[in-house]
Amino acid sequence: MELNEKAKQLLETGDVKAVLGFEAGTQGGRRPAFARSAARAERLSFEGEQNLASYVTRKEVKRLGRVAVAARPPVLRALLQLMAERQVKEQDVLPLVQEADGQVRELATAQAMEEYLALSPQQIPAADRELMDKLAAMSQQERWAYWQDQLSRCIKCYACRSSCPMCYCEHCTMDCNRPQWVPVPSHALGNLEYHMTRAMHLAGRCVECGDCGRACPVGIPIHLLTFNAEESVHAQFGQRAGASAKLDYALSTFRPDDKETFIR
Amino acid sequence: MADMYQLSSASLDGLFAALAADGRRILAPTDRDGRSELNPVTSPGQVAKDYIQTTLSAKEVVFPKVERLLSYTLAPGQVELTDAEPAARPTVVFGIRPCEAAGFQALDAVFNWDYRDKFFNARMEQLAVIGMSCTRKDDACFCTSVGGAPGSTKGSDLLLTPTASGYLAEVITDKGRAMVALAPGLFTPVAAADKSMVVELPAALDQPALTAKLPALFDSPLWADQALRCVGCGACAFVCPTCVCFDIQEEADAKAGRRLRTWDSCGYSMFTLHASGHNPRDTQGARWRQRIYHKFATYPDRYGQLGCVGCGKCTRACPVDMNLKEHLVEASQA
Repeated sequence: MELNEKAKQLLETGDVKAVLGFEAGTQGGRRPAFARSAARAERLSFEGEQNLASYVTRKEVKRLGRVAVAARPPVLRALLQLMAERQVKEQDVLPLVQEADGQVRELATAQAMEEYLALSPQQIPAADRELMDKLAAMSQQERWAYWQDQLSRCIKCYACRSSCPMCYCEHCTMDCNRPQWVPVPSHALGNLEYHMTRAMHLAGRCVECGDCGRACPVGIPIHLLTFNAEESVHAQFGQRAGASAKLDYALSTFRPDDKETFIR
Repeated sequence: MADMYQLSSASLDGLFAALAADGRRILAPTDRDGRSELNPVTSPGQVAKDYIQTTLSAKEVVFPKVERLLSYTLAPGQVELTDAEPAARPTVVFGIRPCEAAGFQALDAVFNWDYRDKFFNARMEQLAVIGMSCTRKDDACFCTSVGGAPGSTKGSDLLLTPTASGYLAEVITDKGRAMVALAPGLFTPVAAADKSMVVELPAALDQPALTAKLPALFDSPLWADQALRCVGCGACAFVCPTCVCFDIQEEADAKAGRRLRTWDSCGYSMFTLHASGHNPRDTQGARWRQRIYHKFATYPDRYGQLGCVGCGKCTRACPVDMNLKEHLVEASQA
């Protein structure tokens, strides 16, 4: 059974109000698609890149009711992390995965999602890894020059923030104007403060889907900042965002067995 | 009838040199990691060879993403105010497409509506546009549905159209004539316009019919349905050659400050948020509808022209492929 068949079935039985998958888009591309009727479900498939978990926290989508979501590993990680952060409840969402034999399987519980994920090791794409290694090998000055050049092209459209499954805050600090913490204009300081703040805020929370970089209209590899922050948290605290629905946030949790001694 | 000339490919070097010698900065599409962006160039060799469009639009040349309007210093009982003067310099935008060249007129409609914006006007006065007709198109293009054409002269001062032996050069305005006068030897008069290489693009929709229909569609569930996959970023508005909305930001401390103008987008949830907390467009569907209506209903109503040139930049830049042409066609059929 393909996703479109499964979607029709789920919509007919009323198990879900909408199914989120992908459909054919412009110029041979693929794009996210919502099916709320059997006719629309016909077009759905698993083939597409965006992290669909970013939709389940949107108020327009929450209002639809329970949704099924075509879920590759980054989507599952995002959903688990959203559950860990109490933004999504197990019963609100039905992740669908495609098995090796082509069958569509429901992962109705966080436990099922965790078990499925445990079998697919998390890996940063080779091209991204290569650029991260290149950046790591640079001197601090070279790296600073690289990011200054890249960030000077940012237009602050916030496509990165809007596409990120973990950027769900209804009122982002970037938009706060009483007081205004971060300059709004897309000048050097405004861009730098935005992207630094975002990277720090995603340290220990980034599920490494790369959607922020994919969304950037001018092609800034902005996902490398959050990847780097996430890798750093993994190296220091031994846990990865999205591994479990019961994950404590590494940067705000104290454990007696923490290896850091400064806090004791 | 425009003056028409033949310009050989090799003559572009001479033209660029003449423009530079006249003290003009030349901006043209250049390649960067598979995308095209407008950058300063000094020779035709630096210009991208194979582009449909630049990602960002040429509007940033006359309406930059950030600009200072004024600055001030504060002392006890004293405020010293300094108006900013626009940093306008003679500029030639080379190689933008006819759709985008037509976009300046939509910006002009707002910046010279009931107030003459000195920053926009100073830059427009210093700007000359050498458009380049399209020999290729993609699925995002729909200029012919909104009154444009891949070989349209509208908005260009000089329009180049590739031919088998170089370019057809059509001189549209006095600014165009002035550029030709800088290197008259490069331009050979021709009697007939050879635009045979210009790509054909059939119209995708009946725009006047859509505009006439929009008032009745205001409460249609169509907009919320189309907007379900919209993530609410500002990419479409920021790459758009006609989107003109801006925000005013004050950056100040106790002693000094400055007032800045920055791009803004009606797609943002806070765009219409009132101080009371009420938001008249509090769903993405309402905001998406606003985007369509502003371009296809409000603009014709208020300025007698459309707020869209059919360039398709928004479609190409959108992280989730909110294809504008396709959505307009769907609305036409609703």
